[in-house]
Amino acid sequence: MSNAGVQVSHPPVAETPKQAVPEWKRMYRKFVKNPIGIIGLAMLLLITLISLAAPLLTSHDPIEVNLDNKLLPPVWQEGGTWGHWLGTDEVGRDVWARLAYGSRVSLSVGFFAVVISLTIGTALGILAGYFRGKTDFAISTVIDIMMAFPFILLALATIAVMGPSLLNMILVLGLTDWTQYARLVRGDVINLREQEFIQAGYALGSKHGRIIGRHLLPNCLPSVIVLATLAMARAILMESSLSFLGLGVSSPTPSWGFMMSTGRPYIATAWWLATLPGIAILITVLGINLAGDRIRDMLDPRVD
Amino acid sequence: MRGLIKQCLRIVLVLFGISSIAFFLIHLSGDPVLLMLPPEATQEEIEAFRHQMGFDKPLSEQYVSFLTQAAKGDFGQSLKFHQPSLDVVLERIPATLELTLFATLLSIVIAIPLGIYSAVNRNSLSENLVTVAVFLGQSMPIFWTGIMLMLLFGVKLHWLPVSGRGSWEHLLMPAFTLAVWVAPTTLRIVRSSMLEVLQQDYIRTARSKGLGEKVVIYKHALKNAAIPIVTVVGFQIGKLLGGAVVTETVFAWPGVGQLVVKAIYTADYPLVQACVVILALIVATMNFGVDSMYRYLNPKIKSG
Repeated sequence: MSNAGVQVSHPPVAETPKQAVPEWKRMYRKFVKNPIGIIGLAMLLLITLISLAAPLLTSHDPIEVNLDNKLLPPVWQEGGTWGHWLGTDEVGRDVWARLAYGSRVSLSVGFFAVVISLTIGTALGILAGYFRGKTDFAISTVIDIMMAFPFILLALATIAVMGPSLLNMILVLGLTDWTQYARLVRGDVINLREQEFIQAGYALGSKHGRIIGRHLLPNCLPSVIVLATLAMARAILMESSLSFLGLGVSSPTPSWGFMMSTGRPYIATAWWLATLPGIAILITVLGINLAGDRIRDMLDPRVD
Repeated sequence: MRGLIKQCLRIVLVLFGISSIAFFLIHLSGDPVLLMLPPEATQEEIEAFRHQMGFDKPLSEQYVSFLTQAAKGDFGQSLKFHQPSLDVVLERIPATLELTLFATLLSIVIAIPLGIYSAVNRNSLSENLVTVAVFLGQSMPIFWTGIMLMLLFGVKLHWLPVSGRGSWEHLLMPAFTLAVWVAPTTLRIVRSSMLEVLQQDYIRTARSKGLGEKVVIYKHALKNAAIPIVTVVGFQIGKLLGGAVVTETVFAWPGVGQLVVKAIYTADYPLVQACVVILALIVATMNFGVDSMYRYLNPKIKSG
């Protein structure tokens, strides 16, 4: 009170810390800053919607043969009609209907094959990197052997023996493409294991299961996710290659790769048969690659 | 020296694993005899074939004899060509090597200048165009690229022959198809390693000495960025051989890739086994070669 009248300057109060931006929000901002990721996601979303809503988007049955209407060109060419706006194939099936339903094969193969290979690869990678020694030697040797096979050759031979079907395709792609995850995770775990926070975990009496589940797995996850996007693109391309070689999902189920192989003999007279499914694959895979590239930048703390 | 012995041991292990996979592959479906004979074969024919191929012996005995025969280079008679499978495969090897070698050269010629260009001219319009091309190249199904080239240069323009092997004109389209498939990966590595090298002190020193930009980039920077580039080009050989399976089929190129697809169609499994082992052998040798060279070039990597 004795100081009445004197302007008392406020004691320097530590600024209230700004509400910390949640991690997901920071990630989200990083992702939307560059339009490329959004474009990629939009392309992927478009294909997903088409595959879900295929029955609403076309009134034609994708496997209905109509020999009166065979080899009709797309609507913008002479002789094309709106009834079959992307034309018809060599037995009169509607190309748009086959493309729309065919997206289901590509997307489901891409998704489920990646789920399988990611699970196997991450598990084996952690085992090899964490326990080292004989476990590591055994797993690493298997990886070396698998990596020596051109991926497509192994898939091709296995599918040929097991018989072509959607389930076999998913299994074969999932079971042959796990090596990259295993290699990556193994390397990550070897580095992580020596770090202080893991050592502290041991000092506090954590069991192996807890160290792996609480500390190692979450730290490996970002790089695994990035690899998964690339692997999904690869699985979709591989499915189309195998179907193109006649060893994919069996006819009459429409698959983009198979459509191209049946359309190929007509390349000089009916260009749309082999061209349009390729564009569909291109859009899907490009969408995944673009989005995946942005996700990598988003998860990489060095990139701002 | 110990490292060398260890490497040799690993090659032997990998070879053993490859042969084992090739052996068990044909037993995946249950009965390999039913796999190889046409469905209308009579019971006597089936039994006679089973005995002739040794499939009536216990599996373990078959396995041991397959491995010892394979070690001697004997994969049995091809069912379709009626001569030793290995000879049939070796006959086709030069065509495949010619194609993959030329494709590798082509991909280097495309990837290195473009990669350097996009590293030097960052954030320019033309750099973005290169990035778009990289994404497109990564997202195109390889056989679709081939078909589109055929449509353009073969069917529409009549510049190049659409199939077969013979003159260098036959080589152009299949090699370019493969090059488009692998160049994006090489280009990305060239770009990122150049970006890293260009930030180093010795590049600043070279520039401050007054050296021309061309000399700095091609003599100082490229030489130091070479290790990852050489490595990635080497590891791409496996991918190229896998791609050759599809590309050779599209362009009727008479190599091992086309052979293995035909052998699968005709259920000529002794030939499939020989193709699988030989192709995997090439890839495994290349991988180990690249690995050793990488260790040699980069003293920071400890052997072991």
